[in-house]
Amino acid sequence: MIELNNISKTFNKGKPNQVVALDGVTLHIQQGEFVVIVGSNGSGKTTMLNMLAGTVSPDFGSVLIDGKYVTKLPDYKRSKWVARIFQNPLTGTAAELSILDNFRLAALRTKNKGLTVGKTENFKNLVRDKIATLGMGLEDKTEQPIGTLSGGQRQALTLLMSIMDDCKILLLDEPTAALDPRSAALVMRTANELIKQYNLTALLVTHNLKDAGSYGSRIVQMSEGRILKDIATEEKYKLKQNDLFEWFG
Amino acid sequence: MDFYLTALLQGLCFAGIAFGIYISMKIFNIPDITTDGSYTLGGVVTGIMLTHHQPGWVILIAVIFAGGIAGALTGIIHTKLKINALLAGILVMTALYSVNLTILGRSNLPLLNFGTIFNTVNFITNGNQNSLLILGVFVTILTLLIGYLLKTDFGIAMRATGNSEPMIRALGVNTDRMKIIGLAIANALTALSGYLITQLQGFADISMGIGIVIVGLGSVIIAETIINWLRISSVWLSLILVMAGAVIFQMVLAFTLNIGVDANLLKLVTAVFVLLIVGLPCLTAARS
Repeated sequence: MIELNNISKTFNKGKPNQVVALDGVTLHIQQGEFVVIVGSNGSGKTTMLNMLAGTVSPDFGSVLIDGKYVTKLPDYKRSKWVARIFQNPLTGTAAELSILDNFRLAALRTKNKGLTVGKTENFKNLVRDKIATLGMGLEDKTEQPIGTLSGGQRQALTLLMSIMDDCKILLLDEPTAALDPRSAALVMRTANELIKQYNLTALLVTHNLKDAGSYGSRIVQMSEGRILKDIATEEKYKLKQNDLFEWFG
Repeated sequence: MDFYLTALLQGLCFAGIAFGIYISMKIFNIPDITTDGSYTLGGVVTGIMLTHHQPGWVILIAVIFAGGIAGALTGIIHTKLKINALLAGILVMTALYSVNLTILGRSNLPLLNFGTIFNTVNFITNGNQNSLLILGVFVTILTLLIGYLLKTDFGIAMRATGNSEPMIRALGVNTDRMKIIGLAIANALTALSGYLITQLQGFADISMGIGIVIVGLGSVIIAETIINWLRISSVWLSLILVMAGAVIFQMVLAFTLNIGVDANLLKLVTAVFVLLIVGLPCLTAARS
């Protein structure tokens, strides 16, 4: 599904603040895999995710999605495959727009946004039903600006928005970093359910080692722009949280 | 009373600027300064085409195109050359001064003997009331068009652009293109205000646009204050309030003139008035 081949990226090349973010990273991910990426700050996790999202382009190497060469494709053209959940809940939604408007845009992620009014009664009901599955009582507030909701609610809605349109790859960049423990748990649970239900290929960047231990089918540890450990299915299930702590020791 | 009727007419003429600023504020979160230039551009194109006896609908289309190109230029400079939106607007506005002067050929062009939109179509014999009717129809059509646009899928994407650019790009929208199109629409609307006001007052003037952005800004801020205050989320109601904002703004200015404030102080009064509206939410919050 995803191929990163020998990717290198250096920011501020030749300047005193030069940073080697990725140093020859190769990572192949199969359809349906749920990869958790851990590593200390500055290890290149987020850069790698952005490389897939298309907001950062590599100095060397190639990116393939679904067998297609997408290295030079900008982010708004990769939305055909990729849905993103941002670290900041405020980034993932348009605050001034209603919940319904946000969902309408999400439902058109892979399509053209044309000059027709798409918010039909059918669509409104569809959104209401989807939101009801969260059990947050938000289904009656679809006309409310999404900015009036809490960070946890917004993040949970962003997750739902990602499956409003055909989605193959879900990128989660520390989705719970800004949330309280209860909201964080709910968001992670929702994410996990959606990934399973829709058989999504997912990448989760997280600093929460508990989440890294309990979610995902594969775990990758990064350090200084390289992949340090890459542990798949069976062995990942055997990993204890203590083992993960030792990685950072 | 006629005094306030004139203010009402002017306010309706300025609805275009108000809509334009409303759109550019939605996309950028800052008002587009190109306004000063594209408003005058609309005015001088109207003036020069009227004196060349062009039919009304041709003038209308030409004005929309001229304003659109001016806005698109600002958008292109901002997105492709990564220049601050405010500066991009100032650059295009400055350049437009020379363009406008070249089009007009002189600094003032009287149009009293030419057939304008207000004196060729006669519903009522009273001139001002006839103008009011024509403007009413014109602005209603404009409001309906913009309202429909903002409600479409494209319109939702446009409104979201200023909220969160990373999000809207992740949803498959080319934000650069959206900004260019949005600014083109905004400035086409602004040029329409120039088109209307030139015909209403019967002359085109090279300095008619100086500081006009404040008129649009004031109107939008009046509207936004009411929108936030009453928690309005309807697009239609918001647009009607923006239009009403433009009228209220002119009414306040007419009132200040009427109570005998020196006309030279008008810009000062304008600035203080806008400052008051902007500061009002803060001032009331501080008291309670």
